[in-house]
Amino acid sequence: MIYDMKPEQVIGDYKEVRLDLFGGISRVCLYTEIETPYPDGKLIVSTTDSSGVITHVNKSFVEMSGYTEDELLNAPHSILRHPDMPPAAFKDLWDTISAGKKWQGYVKNLRKDGGYYWVKATVIPNVRNGVVVGYTSVRRKPSRSKVEACIKLYPTLF
Amino acid sequence: MPYTLTVSPDFTPDHLSGWYIFNTWLQKTTGEAIHLEIFNSFQAQHEAIRHDEIDLIFANPFDAAMLVREKGFLPLVMAQGRSDEAVIAVSSDSPIIDVTELLPGCRVAVTEDPDVRLMGMIMLEPADLATENVQTHVCDSYVLVAKQLLRGDADVGIFLAEAYDGLSNIIKKQLKMLVRSQIDVIHHALMVGPRLVDRRDELRNTLLAMNNDEKGQDILKNLRFDAWNSVEDADMEFMIDLMDTLNT
Repeated sequence: MIYDMKPEQVIGDYKEVRLDLFGGISRVCLYTEIETPYPDGKLIVSTTDSSGVITHVNKSFVEMSGYTEDELLNAPHSILRHPDMPPAAFKDLWDTISAGKKWQGYVKNLRKDGGYYWVKATVIPNVRNGVVVGYTSVRRKPSRSKVEACIKLYPTLF
Repeated sequence: MPYTLTVSPDFTPDHLSGWYIFNTWLQKTTGEAIHLEIFNSFQAQHEAIRHDEIDLIFANPFDAAMLVREKGFLPLVMAQGRSDEAVIAVSSDSPIIDVTELLPGCRVAVTEDPDVRLMGMIMLEPADLATENVQTHVCDSYVLVAKQLLRGDADVGIFLAEAYDGLSNIIKKQLKMLVRSQIDVIHHALMVGPRLVDRRDELRNTLLAMNNDEKGQDILKNLRFDAWNSVEDADMEFMIDLMDTLNT
């Protein structure tokens, strides 16, 4: 399940927007300008089922997202969707992985507390006996120059 | 014809006596003739795998996908609490204190160990470094990676964390660790090949019970861990998927 964000969960001054997410879900997002730096040496790992519902998260995912493991499991992966991310990026992601291919890109993720963190994300389809049963996503520390380029590019894609 | 056991060549020579003792125990326990073949390089080991000469292998995670998908190997067990991690280090004299200060064109000392190299290069990505824009110096061992840094022949080194920890204090004092990975989910696994796959459950149960008696505990101590943990097919598929995502 995914819920509207609540002001009492947010740290700092925030803006509010309603986002239409993958699968016909709509969510009120509250977001701030507070960045959490990606920690050195860690990978954020998650798996989803074929419809993008989270089935596994590692400790780094929990730490960086600000959600508990229980809040993340069975939630759609779009719980991390930040309003600054252009819908075209996620369309490209779904088009790519639905075709059985690997997707890679730079993503600004939304934390439970309204803050954000940038990642370099790679998503691959999990194929078992020829059938896509889900997806594995691994996020790593991005280069700052690539992030700066995305900060300029993404607003032009709306 | 005896079966053949091998160990990924990324282990330091001082680990090998433990594997010889383990193999003696394994032969006695299973009643099978098993030869321990140690290869000096990944190329030599890959060649033997290609020719179907291997029946049991303590495999590097990088090789796991090939072993499962191309050679019909299945996972048995992994060493308890032992994930593969990498360390990025420079000479203690180096002005670099953060990975992001490294520049394209810098000299990176590595070994042929593919998963450590992969993890290490991922940790260099925040500096916009990739295989294409660094000078890679391939060394035969992690001690030689350290020596390259101490002699000023390389700017940065990628180490297996366990190998870095095992360097002498004299060498470690002359090095500066910039990053240590905390990936947790990438690990070596003991895997069984097609000729022995019918005995997979028996082998796995034997290995899982190894720490129940004093003799088994001693042998495990020589391998530098306390027990084996089971690796199920789904666990292995997850790790293969993970390596696939990283290998880009």
